Amino acid sequence: MIRFDHVGKTYPGGTTAVEDFSLTIDSHASVVLVGTSGSGKTTLMRMVNRMVDPTSGRVLIDDEDVAGVDPVKLRRSIGYVMQASGLLPHRTVAENVATVPLLEGVSRRRSRSRALALLEMVGLDHRLGDRYPSQLSGGQQQRVGVARALASDPNILLMDEPFGAVDPIVRAELQKELLRLQSELGKTILFVTHDIDEAFLIGEQVVILRPGGEIAQQGTPAEILADPADDFVESFVGSGVGKRALHVDEVSGQQVVLDAGDRPVGVLREGSRS
Amino acid sequence: MSWVLANLPLLAERLLAHLGQSIPPIVLAFVLAIPIAKLANARGWLRGGLTAGAGLLYAVPSLPLFIVLPIILGTGIRSTVNIIVALTIYGLALMVPSASEALRAVSRDTLQSATAQGYAPLARFLRVELPLAGPALVAGLRVVAVSTVSLVTVGGVLGVPSLGMLFIDGFQRSITAEILAGIVLTAALAIALDLLIMLGGRLALPWSRVRGEGVR
Repeated sequence: MIRFDHVGKTYPGGTTAVEDFSLTIDSHASVVLVGTSGSGKTTLMRMVNRMVDPTSGRVLIDDEDVAGVDPVKLRRSIGYVMQASGLLPHRTVAENVATVPLLEGVSRRRSRSRALALLEMVGLDHRLGDRYPSQLSGGQQQRVGVARALASDPNILLMDEPFGAVDPIVRAELQKELLRLQSELGKTILFVTHDIDEAFLIGEQVVILRPGGEIAQQGTPAEILADPADDFVESFVGSGVGKRALHVDEVSGQQVVLDAGDRPVGVLREGSRS
Repeated sequence: MSWVLANLPLLAERLLAHLGQSIPPIVLAFVLAIPIAKLANARGWLRGGLTAGAGLLYAVPSLPLFIVLPIILGTGIRSTVNIIVALTIYGLALMVPSASEALRAVSRDTLQSATAQGYAPLARFLRVELPLAGPALVAGLRVVAVSTVSLVTVGGVLGVPSLGMLFIDGFQRSITAEILAGIVLTAALAIALDLLIMLGGRLALPWSRVRGEGVR
């Protein structure tokens, strides 16, 4: 369980990234913080592994204040995936995946066999293990980033716009893969994105942030879509401008589903589920 | 040519002396430049000052420096210590700005990612930042090596034995072969060291030659 208890972050220059934020994330839940730049979402995520220390309030993991935990030890116990993978370009893929075990002093041999197994788990050929990150495609690198985060079998996964730098098709694949992994592993995931569609797909709970880390609305995707709290949320999720409203038109005897811009998105079939 | 064949032991002795005066300043400049550059990068004002200062240092004429240093250090004018100290200063003048740039060019994202994985600060510097700056550091070191080998010859004017003495002696005694031998050996030594550093860099940094197939 991760608990943000009235945390705030003001930088020495006087800029306030987060005003006063409280949130509890249950164990094994996937929670997405979604907001535009300046919403403080990345700052909040980084407070969990002490990449950022709050200037007020506390962050607790399983009721222990992280401020009292050695940051290096803390970070090794939490998986972290970032945009553009953040892999070490001078280490092979297998060495990258084994980063934390190697730092923790696990033998090279054992780290490597664990790394190769993890590559298979995230859907990569283990033979990619001896390549360097620059020899992989963006999507493959991102999978390696996920494998690396899982290497020490952490309870918590922090994901900072992990699929932001890949093309939409690859992104959709990676999102599906993450959902599959999560259904197997049941980690506590804190995921940050600016993409509301991604947030609704990944998050059991979605937290929509206003600038300064203020919670505009929090709930399941269905709850938010069905009952947006205010205009800000409505415009953010697109329901206010009718972007998500679909309507049906009959074209040559077929029920064609059109979106708000009258673009056809599909055909309506009675009862069929294939 | 016959002069060269008749004086092979002398040439070998001068070459070794030259090498002995080249290696210490090259190594010292490289090893000292890295912490200085790291410190300079952490303090903005220091970086500006050091880069400008390094340029000025390099502008100090070498011959006067070789003469002034023994007075400061209390060494004899023919001591190789003067040469090593002076060339370390020149080496630093080249290497500090180069190392500062090399370290600054390492991706912040990669470093942050290393921190997030749980690298402690010193381990991150030694095992992530330094290797990633490696290719640019090696490039800087190659310049220092070639420049140092060429500057060692100046000591010959003061009577410190090196390949430089071959030109001086050859000039005074009008032995063209001796002058040529000095020039050719100096150039060959510079090229050899340069190649050695390049190959060493390739061996130590195998990842830097990998061609990216994927999208970065």
